[in-house]
Amino acid sequence: MSILHLCNYLEASASRFPERQTAIDPDGAALTYSELNDRANRVAGFLVDRGVRAGDRVGLVLPKNIHALTILFGVMKARAAYVPVDWSSPADRIRTILSDCQVSAVFVDSRRFDVADVSDTVIVLDQNLDEARNPSELKSFPWETVVAHAPYSADVEARHSDDLAYILYTSGSTGIPKGVMLSHRNAVSYVDWCTEVFQPTEFDRFSSHAPFHFDLSILDIYVPIKHGARVDLIPDELGKSPRELASFIAANKITVWYSTPAILSLIAEFGQLNKFDYSALRIVLFAGEVFPVKQLRKLTTKWPSPAYYNLYGPTETNVCTYAPIPLPIPESRNEPYPIGWACSHCKALVLDPDKQPVSQGEEGLLYISGPSVFSGYWARPSETAAVFIEREGVPWYNTGDVVREDPADGFIYVGRRDRMVKRRGYRIELGEVESALYRHPAILEAAVISSPHPELGVRIICYIAAQEISRPSIVDMRTFCNDHLPAYMNPDVFIFVDSLPRTSTNKINYQALIQMFNSA
Amino acid sequence: MTTENMKEEIRQYILTEFLPGEKAANLRDDTPLRTSGILDSVATLRLVTFVEERFGIQVEAHEASVENFDSINSISAFIESKKTGAS
Repeated sequence: MSILHLCNYLEASASRFPERQTAIDPDGAALTYSELNDRANRVAGFLVDRGVRAGDRVGLVLPKNIHALTILFGVMKARAAYVPVDWSSPADRIRTILSDCQVSAVFVDSRRFDVADVSDTVIVLDQNLDEARNPSELKSFPWETVVAHAPYSADVEARHSDDLAYILYTSGSTGIPKGVMLSHRNAVSYVDWCTEVFQPTEFDRFSSHAPFHFDLSILDIYVPIKHGARVDLIPDELGKSPRELASFIAANKITVWYSTPAILSLIAEFGQLNKFDYSALRIVLFAGEVFPVKQLRKLTTKWPSPAYYNLYGPTETNVCTYAPIPLPIPESRNEPYPIGWACSHCKALVLDPDKQPVSQGEEGLLYISGPSVFSGYWARPSETAAVFIEREGVPWYNTGDVVREDPADGFIYVGRRDRMVKRRGYRIELGEVESALYRHPAILEAAVISSPHPELGVRIICYIAAQEISRPSIVDMRTFCNDHLPAYMNPDVFIFVDSLPRTSTNKINYQALIQMFNSA
Repeated sequence: MTTENMKEEIRQYILTEFLPGEKAANLRDDTPLRTSGILDSVATLRLVTFVEERFGIQVEAHEASVENFDSINSISAFIESKKTGAS
């Protein structure tokens, strides 16, 4: 049986298409397949010489570019797992993540020296490295040293499908992010399903819009590389600018686009799409949250020719259900599209609270099994055990998402029963926002709820009881949250109250807060 | 329109849309908007659209930058420079 390993894709494409371009930065920097493979071998050689071993973790605190892409493969060739973090996150959050999984090396952008103390092996990337900003007491290595290192010749036979490929951290309800461990088997089974459904070729040009710490990036990176296609890397700033993205997609003749509905809505709204030629675009994929039908209709009217698919899946399972969107979207349709049927490599079940199958059409929790389902949360055995059940001898992951099955359309997403919300495709545990608020010295009590919003999808609302004498302003609170939470978690509304409503058992009464907010 | 009136309109828009419940006095002319997290990228786009429609200017994609949109002061200076054709 062949070994399922993401690096095999790169190595096979490098021997089939050595001179084809694999990845390109918007500033024009590009690598061929043979260059990417060679550089990744050098990164692996450096890491192995520094003592990185199979099963180790290596952190990335970097903006997206061809070097970061090279590092992903270099780390995996050393049989280590990469841990990408949002390089613009508050330092405390980055340190918490990289200390949690005990990285043995970390690649940092020179602007993030403040988090470099998490490891003894620090590789610094900056095209314009200013010597004065590189303190000598830090044991750091410039990127140039790493890519000049002798290449590692990997023992391909030693690779194992169950080796960890990467760990993606998601919001944790206790305030500490938790690491979702994904193996090569998990990722490869999903990438192979993409091959079956989307039929990519070496002539495709994929967009890479999602940052590498976001699970949408798995399709963006590994599907094109498996097929010898080109991936156009979109850095953070460009990724947030719908007008520039609209011209970028046309100018680069992107054939496969994948992102959250949030950015596609903005492209439809602000992109001035009638000014450009999108005849190359053949597939548009979206995932991460519900696409409001009004916005999707606007987009599909302006881009009528590509095939559209709604992909669904938590980070823990990769994409596990999907639904093609039939066009045109009728004017009369208001309800969002279903999440569809299970992908061919997955099985899906809807169970009631007693873990018994519901009758067709009844609401229940969606459970997933199959080779793309993760093995557990890093160093959290009890939380891992809590999300799995065993049925017919195989483990099933409880997504926590409430769905019902429609005989014609497949699964229809209904909502959540816990305190997790999705915003711009990111998962947010409202408890993590509360934990951050409690770190403010003037705050006595805090409770966070969410509320649907027609344009923003969902808003995060904070109720705060603070010491009267030192009550912060809303501007102060927004700034404080900006310093302690990633941008996508920063609340939309802050409301000060004298005290929070309590239930008869003296717990915070969230239902009362939701009613207060809705009736205000 | 005077510069002060322009700043007041921008302040009211930001307060209503992005800082509901905040006192006008807490949003000063020099309060950082982008670097403090008061405006995220999506909020900035909505503000840019408001500025274009309300003040009759066209903002190019590269002009919706942190330098031009990081405070009420910088936004009003940017609008005035566009109106006089200085930028």
